[in-house]
Amino acid sequence: MRLTCPLCGDRDRREFHYYGSDAYLDRPAEGAAPAAWDDYLHNRDNPAGLTKDLWYHEQGCAQWLVVTRNTVTHEVSAVELVAGRAGA
Amino acid sequence: MRIEGKGLIDRAHPVRFSFDGTSYGGYRGDTLASALLANGVRLMGRSFKYHRPRGPLTAGSEEPNALVEIHGKTNQTPNVRATVQEIFDGLEARSQNRLGSLKYDLLEVNDLLAPFFSAGFYYKTFMWPRAFWESVYEPMIRRAAGLGRLSGKHDEGAYEKAWAWCDLLVIGAGPAGLMAALTAARAGAQVILADETPILGGRLASDGGMIGGEPALVWAAAVEAELRSLPNVRIMTRTTITGAYDNGTYGALERVGLHRPAKANLPRECFWRIVARRAVLAAGAMERPVAFPDNDRPGIMLTSAVRTYLNRYGVVPGQRITIFDGSETGRALARELMAAGVQVAGIIDPRPDASSLEDCPVHLGAEVVGSRGRLGLSGITVRKGAETFEVETDCLAISGGWNPTLHLTCHMNGRPRWAEDLMAFVPMEGAVPGLVAAGAAAGRFSTHGALAGGQAAAQGALADLGFKVPDIALPEAEDAPCQPRALWAVAAEGRAWVDFANDVTTKDVRLAAQENYRSVEHMKRYTTQGMAPDQGKNSNVAALAVLADATGRSIPETGITTFRPPYVPVSIAAMGAGGRGAGFAPQRLMTSDQASRDRMAPMIEAGLWYRPSYFPKPGETTWKEACDREVMMVRNAVGVADVSTLGKIDIQGRDAARFLDLVYTNTFSTLPVGRVRYGLMLREDGMVLDDGTSARLGENHFLMTTTTAAAGLVMRHLDFVHQAFCADWDLRFISVTESWAQFAVAGPKARALLNSMLDAPLGDVPFMGLASVPVGGVEARLFRISFSGEEGYEIAVPTRYGEALFRDLLARAETMGGGPYGMEALNVLRIEKGFVTHAEIHGRVTAFDIGMAKIVSAKKDCIGKAASQRPGLSGPERQQLVGLRSFAPLTAGAHLFRPGAVIGQAADEGYSTSTCWSPTLNCWLALAFLTDGRARLGEQVRLVDHLRGKDVVCDVCDPVFLDPDGGRMRA
Amino acid sequence: MPELIAKEAWQGQAAVTRAGLVLAPLQDRPIWSVALFPGGADGAATALESLGLGFPEPNRWVSAAEVRLVWTGRAQAFLMGAEPPAGLAGHAAVTDQSGGWAGVSLSGPAGPEALARLVPVDLRPGSFPAGAAIRAPVNHMSAVILRTGPETVEVWVFRSMARTLWHELTEVLARFEARATVAG
Repeated sequence: MRLTCPLCGDRDRREFHYYGSDAYLDRPAEGAAPAAWDDYLHNRDNPAGLTKDLWYHEQGCAQWLVVTRNTVTHEVSAVELVAGRAGA
Repeated sequence: MRIEGKGLIDRAHPVRFSFDGTSYGGYRGDTLASALLANGVRLMGRSFKYHRPRGPLTAGSEEPNALVEIHGKTNQTPNVRATVQEIFDGLEARSQNRLGSLKYDLLEVNDLLAPFFSAGFYYKTFMWPRAFWESVYEPMIRRAAGLGRLSGKHDEGAYEKAWAWCDLLVIGAGPAGLMAALTAARAGAQVILADETPILGGRLASDGGMIGGEPALVWAAAVEAELRSLPNVRIMTRTTITGAYDNGTYGALERVGLHRPAKANLPRECFWRIVARRAVLAAGAMERPVAFPDNDRPGIMLTSAVRTYLNRYGVVPGQRITIFDGSETGRALARELMAAGVQVAGIIDPRPDASSLEDCPVHLGAEVVGSRGRLGLSGITVRKGAETFEVETDCLAISGGWNPTLHLTCHMNGRPRWAEDLMAFVPMEGAVPGLVAAGAAAGRFSTHGALAGGQAAAQGALADLGFKVPDIALPEAEDAPCQPRALWAVAAEGRAWVDFANDVTTKDVRLAAQENYRSVEHMKRYTTQGMAPDQGKNSNVAALAVLADATGRSIPETGITTFRPPYVPVSIAAMGAGGRGAGFAPQRLMTSDQASRDRMAPMIEAGLWYRPSYFPKPGETTWKEACDREVMMVRNAVGVADVSTLGKIDIQGRDAARFLDLVYTNTFSTLPVGRVRYGLMLREDGMVLDDGTSARLGENHFLMTTTTAAAGLVMRHLDFVHQAFCADWDLRFISVTESWAQFAVAGPKARALLNSMLDAPLGDVPFMGLASVPVGGVEARLFRISFSGEEGYEIAVPTRYGEALFRDLLARAETMGGGPYGMEALNVLRIEKGFVTHAEIHGRVTAFDIGMAKIVSAKKDCIGKAASQRPGLSGPERQQLVGLRSFAPLTAGAHLFRPGAVIGQAADEGYSTSTCWSPTLNCWLALAFLTDGRARLGEQVRLVDHLRGKDVVCDVCDPVFLDPDGGRMRA
Repeated sequence: MPELIAKEAWQGQAAVTRAGLVLAPLQDRPIWSVALFPGGADGAATALESLGLGFPEPNRWVSAAEVRLVWTGRAQAFLMGAEPPAGLAGHAAVTDQSGGWAGVSLSGPAGPEALARLVPVDLRPGSFPAGAAIRAPVNHMSAVILRTGPETVEVWVFRSMARTLWHELTEVLARFEARATVAG
């Protein structure tokens, strides 16, 4: 598997650390209801198809990335910098 | 028998090798199989289950029978295919899976017991008693049924791994592959052409023929010469592409040193990871055998194999050859054999109307229904209509048609497609993105079809990649139509082998169907068909055809099992190349490393770092003596320890303080410049991530310290919090762990030691204070912090001065009754003070559990705060950090019970995490987690460690065993 | 008063030549991380003008005389061979990394082929041309890799891993040499 890091370019997956769903980016505001935290920490979809998850280019530029990929075809359709996303 | 004037072997280079202790001669270019056949040796192995005598069925990497052990000075390699292993001077091969000699294998008795050994035999038989599973049945079965043996020693051979990149990977260098490579090479694309044999040409080297009006091999040689002259082409021979993976990644195994005598540093194999933008699968096709009774005797081999031995190696595997083949290929082989002066005893052709042949009897509408010969073929039984007759023969060439070598197209979940016109599975287009099959691998079996397919595949790839497609005239070649055959099994009484490698017969497949294992996947697992080292390359299609027949379905309805990587067996050593010994993980060495080793300190691993365990003095015989001395040295005088391994992160920016407030539970924005504060970090789920101290170097400048173990983890966490939640803040940070050498100086004489060496006397540095101090003209940072409970300082200098400072500190300390201390003493010192490490903050404890709920600030948010307040993460039901004391030895990892409780999971109340003998307090100490522990100080608990035979009643106390008020640290 | 003698990362290590490749330790030099604060690019560019350097694009390095500015991450570069200009303050976080890195150069036409044993990135001149600088692993080590000549590549890793880097590279060269002697 390979990922195209927006900064470093096309690289082997061994350079990256996998974290989990991009839901981790939507941190509830301070004082949010316990259910919101429960969703944020624990509840995840397991889609057959497009999914977005977080990878860390640990052996490269140390950037966190949002990777859009298809769990059925394995196609990677987008890799974006977490730090560069809108509203970040 | 060797045929003069034939073959591509190098007759100028004779080679001597041995097989089962007997010395034989061959030529450079021979495989072990071809050389043995040339010497009249047909028997090369024993079968997996029945120990039937076996010889080579094929001449390639799919060989199921001729598996041998190769013995070298340092390596013993089992299950090597004799059809792949090239011979060299001194090669020592031995047969395997036998008891006694290859000719008199005592386990041949299994063959007589065959009626009992049908599919499912083991499952049905070795059921009772259960206790016999591991102790009796398994060792017995493993001894009897099996493959080659390992040496039991470490593999000391050299292996290599490597990466390669290209625009176009061409897999297989037959006519299709050569044409594809030539087309792409002329376009200027980066090309890798890989072939698993030592030479290019593929079947051209076996089948001959004409291309462009000249002998096919002349054409191939010209193409090879051109490819070798081009800088954009890399030719990889002896290299098998083993797997197709996501995004154009291919695994490949190169035999680098296996075909020559061992040589120091020469890799035996290299495992390649090839990244290709496009790929052409030109792997050709594999001939299928035919199942008929006793079709597994040495001397029975595929038509294509006989042809390869004849034309490529100049070897005929018999003196009176018969051919069981329903196609014109069989006729071509007969002509070639007769031209070479070999007698062809007959062609058995199941087709009722087909051509005859001069000088050779052709039996039309006939089938082979049996064979004879104990250790090798001596005759066959032929059935024609109602009559049967015997033919004397020592070599039978068989062909049941061809299967495209499409395995790689299935490696990413692709399924092949059944082509009724070819009676074969062909690759499903697009099954591996970027990979296109060409030539025989795509079901185009003529030479013209291969050339045209290879060219078209390359042209398509070039167009995709934006290269100008070169105009190359396609050379003329034969374009005979495919002659589809569907001769899977001959209807006759007797055991007819489908899977030679795992001894699976047509009966076994039918039995599976009868017992309702009708799915091809179930049949495979019930019979073990396709699960041998050849992974069913020779048997899958025939087995499912028999299954289809037995279940009354068509072949496409029955389906085929999945081909998975690797395509050929790959040694673990090759895949793990570079990962042995020092290559396993980087060794991180501190600047004090040599100085510690000079003092004979044994080094222990702490993460990737190597740290001194203890510093033995003359007369000390155990680590504990040294450790106890070092602890008392710190308590009574002064000790020096290298703490450079702690993670150090330099954090700058107007939002630096705000960032620390976010990642630490406690507040750092209120920390004055020039002061240090202990900080606790949580994961977002509320569990403790790490702890450490952070110093405020300036208004917008902090230096964070992490534990050694979690330095990388914390950096990743900080990067996440920064990039995900506050990327726009005025904030940057970077690790400076490597830039500073830092030493703990601890003990009542610590200040005196520092004063003796600093350029100016140490002023009033308060506990948790920080100062910039020149030492020997070098600006050092001094932190007054303590991990020992004594008055302690940590002094940091730029890394290049680390060794000099360490040696100087030790020399001075020793004049004051002090000296260095190692990890063992450091651990005892911190346990005595109740300081936690990752033995305690192991990922399942909360701030509450370790008694630090009070430093989770109520005034601000922080990572993990919300989750840490969930029900169940605090309160009396939690296991809380306590101290345990005892005069009997304690162990870490032991479990805690109330005295009198029934020892068992239900009564388990906690566990110990760190233990030591305290020379300061003259007793054993432990840090432990105990249910409602803080309310139980003064009680007794039972510490039970079944693993190490400990059962000790100990006192529960505060985890800070020594100096709970911290008077010594603040002195 | 102690006399603190500085020790180079590669003190005492001689260059080795094998299979036509020269592996040489590089001298320590000042290395400073220059990490731009948000909005700090223009101010930093002005300050860097005094060195004759512009801030490098990702995967590139620039130089003026013996001073280099090497891209090492998002809005981050290493200034090698000089002290940072004063005007950077407020525009970039400037952090001393001197002595924290150990570098080697590998020279020879087969350099990229040798490094392909350890680095999963194509370092041949066609894809790693003059002026290229990347972050990439060398086996398990995080590294900064630069092309510094038509046939020369530099590899920098954490100083504590210097010995491992040397071990990995010399092992690769030994294999490489053995392969060369049996080629054909």
